[in-house]
Formats: sequence, C-alpha cells, structure tokens
Amino acid sequence: MAETRGAADIIIIGGGIVGCSAAFFLRRRNLSVILLERYLVGQQASGTNFGNVRRQGRHLTQLPLANRSRAIWAQIPSLTGSDVEFMPVGHVRFLWSEEQIAVVEDYARQASHYGLELHILSQREIRERFPFVGPEAVAGSWSPHDGHANPRLVAPAFARAAAKLGAAIHENCAASAIEKTGEDFIVTTPTGQFRAPLVLIASGAWGGGLAEQLAEPVPIEVAGPQMGVTEPAPYFIHPVVGVSTKIPGEVAYLRQIPRGNIIFGGVHRRPAALDERRAKYDPAGLMAQFRQILRLAPTLRHLRLIRTWSGVEGYIGDDRPIMGASEKTSGLYYAFGFCGYGFQLGPGVGDVMAELIATGKTETPIDEYHVNRFTLQPAARLQVSAAH
Amino acid sequence: MADPRIVIVGAGPAGTRAAEALVAAGLRPTVIDEGRYSGGQIYRRQPPNFTRRPEALYGTEAAKARAIHSAFDQLAGRIDYRPETLAWAVKDNTLHIQKNMRIEALDYDALLIASGATDRVIPLPGWTFPGCYSLGAAQITLKMQACAIGSRVVFLGTGPLLYLVAWQYLKAGCAPLAVLDTSRMADHLAGLPLMASRPEQLLKGARLVSGLRRAGVAIWRGILPREVLGDPDRGVAGIRFTDANGQDRQIDCNAIGMGYHLRAESQLADLAGCEFAFDPLLRQWLPHVDDAGRSSVANVYLAGDGVRILGADAAETSGRLAAMALLTDFGRAQPRFAMDRLRRLMQRHKRFAQGIAKAFPWPWQQMATMPRTTVVCRCEAITVDELCSAVETCQAPEVNRAKAFSRVGMGRCQGRFCGQASQEIVAFAQQASVESSGRLRGQAPVKPLPIGVCEEVGHG
Repeated sequence: MAETRGAADIIIIGGGIVGCSAAFFLRRRNLSVILLERYLVGQQASGTNFGNVRRQGRHLTQLPLANRSRAIWAQIPSLTGSDVEFMPVGHVRFLWSEEQIAVVEDYARQASHYGLELHILSQREIRERFPFVGPEAVAGSWSPHDGHANPRLVAPAFARAAAKLGAAIHENCAASAIEKTGEDFIVTTPTGQFRAPLVLIASGAWGGGLAEQLAEPVPIEVAGPQMGVTEPAPYFIHPVVGVSTKIPGEVAYLRQIPRGNIIFGGVHRRPAALDERRAKYDPAGLMAQFRQILRLAPTLRHLRLIRTWSGVEGYIGDDRPIMGASEKTSGLYYAFGFCGYGFQLGPGVGDVMAELIATGKTETPIDEYHVNRFTLQPAARLQVSAAH
Repeated sequence: MADPRIVIVGAGPAGTRAAEALVAAGLRPTVIDEGRYSGGQIYRRQPPNFTRRPEALYGTEAAKARAIHSAFDQLAGRIDYRPETLAWAVKDNTLHIQKNMRIEALDYDALLIASGATDRVIPLPGWTFPGCYSLGAAQITLKMQACAIGSRVVFLGTGPLLYLVAWQYLKAGCAPLAVLDTSRMADHLAGLPLMASRPEQLLKGARLVSGLRRAGVAIWRGILPREVLGDPDRGVAGIRFTDANGQDRQIDCNAIGMGYHLRAESQLADLAGCEFAFDPLLRQWLPHVDDAGRSSVANVYLAGDGVRILGADAAETSGRLAAMALLTDFGRAQPRFAMDRLRRLMQRHKRFAQGIAKAFPWPWQQMATMPRTTVVCRCEAITVDELCSAVETCQAPEVNRAKAFSRVGMGRCQGRFCGQASQEIVAFAQQASVESSGRLRGQAPVKPLPIGVCEEVGHG
C-alpha cells in the first residue's frame, strides 16, 4: 500500500470557491484541513464564471443561504486579506414584456419575506437611472445590495487565507479514489494517499463522478458558460445588468468594471468534457449573444470583443445543488453541482458546511439540497416523473 | 473524398505556394488574407497609387517578391480569395471569419494555416512613449504609407530584420542614426557554422551591414538597452544604453524601431487544438509539426513563419510541402522525390535558422534586471512589479495564472506581444525555468471583433 502523505480531521476534495472557503471556515473552527485540487485552485467554474453576486431571481428557499453568503462577501477583504474587487453596486434586470411585470412583482413581494429588497422600476424610471438601456425594456427590477466581483481572485484568496491558518492546500493533486476503511477515509492521488475521518466533496462538475463512486449517484450535466469581454470603454454601466424573461435564449447579462471592460455572458451554454481540462468557448453562438447584449445596451455595438472563454460547470437535474451529509457513509459530506449560480453562494456554502461538519447542524436551511432526494425511494420518484 | 473543402489562412509566401500546389492538383481552395493584397508582411504590396519599384522596396529580394506576387495573381479565378478578412476563431472544423461588418462560418475538410509572424519584443522603460515602434510597424509605415516613423530614427534589438529595416530606411532616404544590436560579435561567430548552410544569405547579410556602415550609420553591438528617453506627451527624445565596454551612452532621436527577431503567430493553431512544444534554443513554444507540416490535429496543416521562424524562402518551401502532405492525406499521392527534395530544403533552412538564433540570441537576461516599474503589458498597463507580485504574493507558478491575477496579456493584443516577455519574468520571479512558466493559451477572437457585426442580416 502506498505511503500516507498526510492526515487531518478533514479532506476537502475540490479547490473551487466552495472548497477553499470551506477550508478557511473549517480552520477557523479549529479542524485540521487537507484540500486536494486537481489543477490549480479556482481555475474551473469558480474562476471562469460571470462574477455575479446576485440574489434576486433565486429560488425563494435559497435566499437564506444567499443572504448569509452576501454578509460574508462584504467581509472578504478583512477575512482573507485580499481585495477580490467586490462591488455592491446593485443588480438590475430589464423586462422585455408587460406580462413579465406581474411575475416580477409577485417575486418581489415574496422575496421581501426573506429580507431581499427589490424595487420594480417603471419604464421612465429605468431610462432615468440607466440611460444606456435599450428601447425594448418595459420595466426593471432593482436589487440595490447585489453586485459583482472578480471570479479569478476569490477562490485563490480563500485558499491563501486558509493556508495561512494552517490548511494544507495541494494543487495538481487529483483524487482518483475514496475509500472508507474503519473510521478513516483513504483518498488516493497520483502522488500518494491522504487519510482523514471526514471528507467533503466540493469538486463541482467532478462531484458527480465521486458521488457515484460512493454509491450516491445524482443526475449531473457538465456544461460550460459562454463568456466574453470587450475592450475598455469609459465606465458608464455601474450595476450588474440582466434580463427577467421566460425565454431561455433571452437570458443575457453584462457588467462593466471600473477599468472599463464589459464582461458578458448568457443566452446559451454548451456541453463540456471533464477530461479536457478546459471547456472551450463555442464561437458559433457569439452572434446570438451579441444581439441579446445589444438589447440591454445598444451603444455597445461600437465596442469590440477582445476575449472569450468558458469553464466546467455541473448542473444537477432539478436545478438545485447537492449539499449536506451523505445518506450512506458517515463522515462524508457533499457541496457541489451549483448549476451555474454558485459564485454568489460560494462563501456562504463554505461557512454553512464548516458549521454543519463541526457542529452537526446548521442554522441555514439546506435540507432541500440533500443527496437523498435522488437516492431515497427511487420507485416512488419514478412514479412521480412518469405521471408528468 | 471528391473535392475536399480546403481553407488556407494567409497569403504570404507560404499561403501562396500552398494555394498554387492545390490549384495545380485541380482543387479550388479558399484563401483568407488579412492584408488588402497578397504578399504577406515580407512581400507586402503597395497601394495602387504608390509607385516605388520592388528593387527599392524589397532590395535583394525584389525578384522573389515579383515571383510571389505574380504566382498569386495567376491563381485569380481558380481560388476563392478573401482579402481584408480576419480569421478570428476555429472550432469543430469551422473557421470563423470577419470582413468589415460581416461574419461568416466556413466549414472545412482541411485547414492550412500560414499565419506568419509578428515582432518579438522586450519591454524597456519608456517603450510606450509615442514614437516607439516595432520593427514590423516601421516597415509597414514605409511600404504602405510611404512614411518613416520619425526623422531621426534609431533601430534597436537584434536579428536580421533589424539590419534589413535599417537598410530599407536608408534606401528610402531616411538614414537611421544608429543600429543598436544586443548580440555580440562572439554570438555571430557562434552562429556562423550553421548559417554557412546558406552562404548566399550570409553574404546578403554582410552586404547589408557594410552598406549601412558606408552610409555612415553607427552600428553598436553587444549593447544593453536601458531606457527610452522622453515623456508620454511629447514622445521619444532619445535612447540610453550601455555599450559593449560597459560605458553608459545616449543618442538623441525622435523615433525608435525595436524588435528581437520574430515570434510565430500561432494563436489560430492553438485554437484549432494543435499541440505545442517548447524549443529551448528559441525559448519559444511552437506548434508541433511533422517534417511535412502536419500538425497534431488530423486535418490541420501548418506552414511558414507561423510554425517557426525560418524566413520567407523556407515559407515558400513549407507552404508547398504542407499542401502536398494535405493532398497525399486526401488520397492524391504526390511524387515522393519532389516531397523529399522539399524536406531536404527545409532541413537546410532549419540549420540556417538555428545559426541565426545563435548569432542573434534572444537576450532574455534583460528581463531579470528590468526595473520593476517597467510596463510589460501595454494594453493593460501592467508593470513588471505587478506581474512579479502575482507570482510572489499570490503564488502564480505559470503565466496563465499570473495573467488571471495581474491582467498581464488580457488586453487587445491577447498577450501576443507581451506573452514571451511575461513568461521570462514569471520564470525569473520564481527562479524556475522559462519552460515551466508555460505559455499563454489562445482565446478567440484572434484580434478584436466588432460587436456591431451581429447586426448584419442573415449571419450568425
């Protein structure tokens, strides 16, 4: 048997924003931590996403988790010692149809019970506040305390802070197998084995394969966001801009950083492969993306695109992440599959998982994300889906 | 396959000879050319209202320029020629192109990339001042706009192009004040045995240098550039350097052309998924090809300076050879002796290029002593210090990570000009080999793409 390279209270598999912030918060709760990352920390979905620190539009029951995360976002510089370019500049969603106004009004009413402040702005109001808006917009939904941050910086910032508190961060160290022998898990990597009584799987799209290995398969689709950035222009779009629509092909979003570049994404996502290391942007969809972002801000037609990219994201079948303790194996925890919206949640998920692992419970409701929704009573679930 | 759909990117010497070979085999390739006229960078043609003769423009290479131009012109009607067109992305056997405000997706069975080269530059304090150009830009102004970059010009860097451009300026009536070469006489001697594989080229080079000397152009060898003097508003006022004897010197001038040989323009090959390998002599990552120009991707062929810098003659040879390899692979067997002859020629070109690389070495040591305030990435105005901090403070072991943390290479040029210097600086900052610092990955678009292109009806 290979020699054990290290042992700790917990091994975290996956160095994205969830794994790195969990490592940080677990260290703060005095658990010893080993984090294993296949490539470099924050390189996949955590580092390649749009950078939206957005709560509006989330499933209502996810708002407590999103709120908890939002509170951490404001503290990231003091917690980690790094500026991750978080800017709470607000988040606006434009509406292209009158029918959508009632939908958004209803959502705003319900979200207010969860402490999310949303303002429905009339056509006149959005033109006054956001003079760049395209002529098609009929209204807007304004979330003043949301914002954006630089995704490239966040997971590495948590990783450095966790390492400073004593976490052992191993990059270029992929976990190929996880076994439980007696009280401990043995995690195998190409450079040796690691041992701990607790394991947290926080490996995004790769989490599906590991969960299956641990006999808790979940339906997961691997996809890549389609992102682009323009050359710099004078800073004139301050909030994050998105769309409230029922038509998937209209879902586009953009934000401008004070440096001037405008980052955009949406409209479609493309399948990605786990063995490719990097998801590739598909240029075939670019024109459709351009058209949608020009609906948001027509003046962008004068700018040029300078770079496109994609990443590897995991989408769970019911559009909800997997979070919580394993149903089958004691000491095993999951936090993966954030369906393209995990960036804002990331620091909060790390904190919640640290609380759950260290104390056995968490004050933030996450039951609906339990892995057992796919593993319990499969026959009953099959009947339900057949009825649809 | 009946008639494979073949797209050639580039209409310089390599693209021209490749197209010619395909047409000779009865095919009708599509040729994508960023230029307004064929010829590429080295044999760039003048606009119709310009009248300088090839002898004045291309000097000793005039006959070759004429031959390439006429070879391309004779293909008219037998190829689908797309001038002023940018190949901005490639994926899944589709090449994405843009001309003015129109885009198009070209599906291909085979792609032959002959995308040429750009200047290889090393940052220097003050190199972002107006009046500081690359050698290639100094040539373009001369050939396309009939302008010099300044009235008192100094050329700085190393490599054959340094002397060629200086000579072209001399011929155009704008004798440079000086040529400052970082390579030493000892380097030239070290390169001689390999360069002797093409004695005629060696002789041409020697004539260029003696012609410059006779005309009174000061030639300094073994120099270490220190800084471009001047300021961001009024531009270049001079150049400060250390001569071979360690003396600090200064030349007043109002323009500087700088370049350290060339780098392969390999971004499209990267996007096509071609594998790259590190060349320790050139200290460059280059796409891997076999001895006929086949890349690691089955239907992608590479030729010319976009693969490695072997010069215009080798570009013609490799373009022809890659086209023949392509034809062979598509079931149209080519005469073996002809291909073998071209392969042997390529070997000679490679030996000569190795000699050039030794004679005019890439002075990477400069990057170690560069003041930390020097701007390394011009698009994003990132300094050496910011790049080193990304490596040292944020633990970026390779250049893509350093890019993510520092923004180096994130601007309009996509790291095509700062990438190689950045690799060296990242290597220095962590006391590691330049190979271990990696290379910047290519990301579409190859060059900035106007968002307004989506408004053209019927596309995308």
